[in-house]
Amino acid sequence: MKQFLTTSWRRIWIFALSLTPCIWLAWRIYDDDLGPEPAKTLVNTCGVWAANFLVLTLMVTPLKRFFNWRSLNTHRRMLGLFCWFYASLHFGCYVFFILGADFQSFTFELTQRPFIIASIPAWVLLTILAITSPKSIMRLCGKRWKLIHQSIYIIAVLTVLHLIWQIRASYQDAIIYGVLLLGLLALRCKRPATP
Amino acid sequence: MPKKPLIIIPPKNQIAPSEITSESTYLNRRQLMTSLLGGALIGGPLISHAAPSQLTDENPGGPAWLKEKLLAAKPAQPTSESITPYNHVTQYNNFYEFGTAKTDPAKTAHRLKPDPWRVSINGAVDKPGQYFLDDLLKGIDFEERIYRLRCVEAWSMVIPWVGFSLSEILKKAQPNSSAKYVAFTTLLDKEQMPEQGNRLSTINWPYQEGLRIDEAMHPLCILAVGLYGKVLPNQNGAPLRLVVPWKYGFKSIKSIVAITLMEKQPITSWNVLAPKEYGFFANVNPQVDHPRWSQAKERRLPNSLLKPNIVPTQIYNGYGEEVASLYGSLDLKKHF
Repeated sequence: MKQFLTTSWRRIWIFALSLTPCIWLAWRIYDDDLGPEPAKTLVNTCGVWAANFLVLTLMVTPLKRFFNWRSLNTHRRMLGLFCWFYASLHFGCYVFFILGADFQSFTFELTQRPFIIASIPAWVLLTILAITSPKSIMRLCGKRWKLIHQSIYIIAVLTVLHLIWQIRASYQDAIIYGVLLLGLLALRCKRPATP
Repeated sequence: MPKKPLIIIPPKNQIAPSEITSESTYLNRRQLMTSLLGGALIGGPLISHAAPSQLTDENPGGPAWLKEKLLAAKPAQPTSESITPYNHVTQYNNFYEFGTAKTDPAKTAHRLKPDPWRVSINGAVDKPGQYFLDDLLKGIDFEERIYRLRCVEAWSMVIPWVGFSLSEILKKAQPNSSAKYVAFTTLLDKEQMPEQGNRLSTINWPYQEGLRIDEAMHPLCILAVGLYGKVLPNQNGAPLRLVVPWKYGFKSIKSIVAITLMEKQPITSWNVLAPKEYGFFANVNPQVDHPRWSQAKERRLPNSLLKPNIVPTQIYNGYGEEVASLYGSLDLKKHF
């Protein structure tokens, strides 16, 4: 039994679990179960999972610090990459299925809607983080790597703005993710004097 | 006000009927129903308009008197537009009293008790009163109206409502000379409408809407009690809802308990919440964008991933011929 809890097995478990929302969506597309506006359902669901993985990724360091849960660190890269994966699906589905890959309306939306303006730099930064995540590139970046990857804090703030600027009938989403993400950032401000 | 015939203008970007199966089936069923109408009046089971595959809730219930009246409703003129299938009309709803996701109302609206239902008509009227719905609707004949519904969120549906002109009810109450506006109020009850108890909601319950009196008296403005020839499902605003087809959907208030005639413009929920985003008039207008998205086009539902089914939005949702005269020289950019 214990053999299934080794680092490499855990990697497989986490990978499979992280992929389930995507597989579930694929099934619902096949089953025609996404409602009358399937693109909206796709975009929303992928967006929610991108935000969830952002929260999970940012939870790794505090959990490691407070519960001395060091082994978690091994899986941070994968969680971050899944955040990028769902954010890219979210963005791609929006451009292709909601805007119909109409570049003109994309540039128009980009200049008009604050919540979309906030989301673009977040996705670009996430993409940079994804590209610089392999160990070989990590070595190549040297000391700058840490600085580059601290931009996840900017991504978190932009994500909260993306949600705040979409508030309509309920504050719920903005408050839940706002408290989680900003709370996780606040934990980092109170870092101990010695590393 | 002269009675005008209902004119339905087909949109320019028409979807081929073959793309959506509902229409032909629906129209065939309706013809069948019309021919059977005489016999059905005896009180047989309600004949469904829609193909069985579109029905997830074959029998939305409702009192017998209402079912009987629905059966006697005058059918609408056939339309060349594809009618949105029943399952989508009843499972994709903005009815925030039951939750903020479009799929929430279909899941939680069973908590609403639409029968018996009381409606009060008060304010600047000579005959104010509170009525049970069946008393209020006595002597009023129903008719079917197939209307485009344009949501402010830039999607739209085509829905076969059953109802009657709002003016018929208003006339019963005899508005007096100071009646310049009509205000509507939705039920306030946390037990039946769970989201009203959610502190994170931005809306100040109960939901309120309003119309200018001439808008309210317009023959296209109806109160609906049915959908697809059947009793209005709870998630669509049972038992009594407004349908103003030339305005954004949020004006068409659901589950009405009070109609108040007023001299001053009434408070309306979305307008109070975000006055820059939602005007009092809220007439469908492709030239006035919502601050957060364009209103030039709409997604006609249901759509699919590869066919977003985007059609141009028409001024007054295509009912300009009938209603544009209500607004004369009103600056629609200012009074959006």
